[in-house]
Amino acid sequence: MSTQLPMVEVRGARKSFGAVEVLKGIDLSVDRGQIVAIIGPSGSGKSTLLRSINHLESLNSGEVWLDGVQVNQKLHGQAFERHINKVRQQMGMVFQHFNLFPHLTVLENISMGPIILKGMTRSDAHALAHSLLSKVGLADKIDAYPSRLSGGQKQRVAIARALAMQPKVMLFDEATSALDPELVDEVNAVMKQLAAEHMTMLIVTHEMRFAGEVADRVLFMDGGVVVEEGPPGDMFRAPQKERTRTFLKKYLSA
Amino acid sequence: MQGLDFTVVAPYWDLLLIGAWWTAVLTVSAGALSFVGGILFAVIVLYAPVIVAYPVRALMWVFMGTPLLLQLFLIYFGLVQIGIDIPALAAGIVGLGLHFAVYNADIIRAGIVAVDVGQTEGARSIGFGKWQTLRHVVIPQAIRNTAPPIGGNLIALLKESSIVSVIGIAELVHSAQLAISETFRPFEFYITAAALYYILNLVLEAALRLFERHVEASR
Ligand SMILES: Nc1ncnc2c1ncn2[C@@H]1O[C@H](COP(=O)(O)OP(=O)(O)OP(=O)(O)O)[C@@H](O)[C@H]1O
Ligand SMILES: [Mg+2]
Repeated sequence: MSTQLPMVEVRGARKSFGAVEVLKGIDLSVDRGQIVAIIGPSGSGKSTLLRSINHLESLNSGEVWLDGVQVNQKLHGQAFERHINKVRQQMGMVFQHFNLFPHLTVLENISMGPIILKGMTRSDAHALAHSLLSKVGLADKIDAYPSRLSGGQKQRVAIARALAMQPKVMLFDEATSALDPELVDEVNAVMKQLAAEHMTMLIVTHEMRFAGEVADRVLFMDGGVVVEEGPPGDMFRAPQKERTRTFLKKYLSA
Repeated sequence: MQGLDFTVVAPYWDLLLIGAWWTAVLTVSAGALSFVGGILFAVIVLYAPVIVAYPVRALMWVFMGTPLLLQLFLIYFGLVQIGIDIPALAAGIVGLGLHFAVYNADIIRAGIVAVDVGQTEGARSIGFGKWQTLRHVVIPQAIRNTAPPIGGNLIALLKESSIVSVIGIAELVHSAQLAISETFRPFEFYITAAALYYILNLVLEAALRLFERHVEASR
């Protein structure tokens, strides 16, 4: 049997903002259907790593691959624009602050991508939006504007919007950090459902319990490097590195 | 001294209504031009390469820094001299439209810059290109957020449109002056013209409120 191509691969990723190096050589490989949770203290570079994967940040050096295609290839101008827009259609991203489009209804938020980018007919896109909304439990909000939704509902719509492009991988950057505690579970439930459907996911989170429940692998970052990684059981029960232990002690006791 | 007698207006009522009609046509056409031009100028100033942005900026500066009257004379009488002969109505629409486009551009540019960067990231993460993101996500929000001042400019445009009477366009003030030249009753005709402007204004404000109500629905 030939070894399967990873869905997401990051090799030697380095990124600086000005004089500050935020990613100091990150290697990461995520298999098809695998779920990787990324944890670590504030400022350790988790968001920057995630944003580098769909090129919202461009690396100073290193490579990012999606399903055998290099994301950050050396193309110029319009050629790179076309390339990256195609690649991004295959990666869903969910942001801490939802980033829904406030001037569009829930239906329009979700169906706009398929209609404009994939040339899907309006009625097909609306049917797709409807089925995704049912999936995240918000079919009754289809004509609402985002401002009328709670944070948890907004985030579920944002997930549906990303799923509407039928992505190969979903990137979550602290999807529940901006939510009131009582709204966290409804979003986590949707993510667990995606996990059950074998969606490939990278999840940046501060919720250790959720990471433990959903992830196949947990990756601990600190100071722009991956300090330690492994299955959640090992990582949470018997971390090898002192830095991991200190970090986890603080979180698990809280 | 003469007493006021509005019956003198009656024979000229058609003339005044036609004038009001042309004022409405001017306002709608120049208003549309000022709106589209405002968006275009704003986008060019923000995103176009300097080779395009610089001349446009210079043009905007000229339109902002000189009187509208002079701009109209320049477009209507000046351009003929270099072989560009524009009908008066078109000159009036272009002059008014560009003049207000410059003011709209300033407002819309600020509106675009004020749209949260998360909106752009949200759109780009789905796979929208730069232009698609501007067109479908950023500009619509910038327009909604700047609707009140842009509406204010449109109302100013309606009132300022009377200035094109100087290049012979038969709009409302022009019609009133024509009637006055035959009847020597300035007071009655200017008052009637003012009333007609007021009505046009009400219609315009109602249309703007309708749009703002539509925007409010998404807030
Ligand atoms: N656009 C930027 N310009 C300058 N510095 C940045 C930028 N984005 C991030 N940084 C810096 O890079 C470092 C890593 O940021 P990053 O957002 O990746 O951390 P994080 O692990 O996601 O933190 P948190 O848990 O707080 O979200 C931080 O010190 C941050 O201040
Ligand atoms: Mg972060």
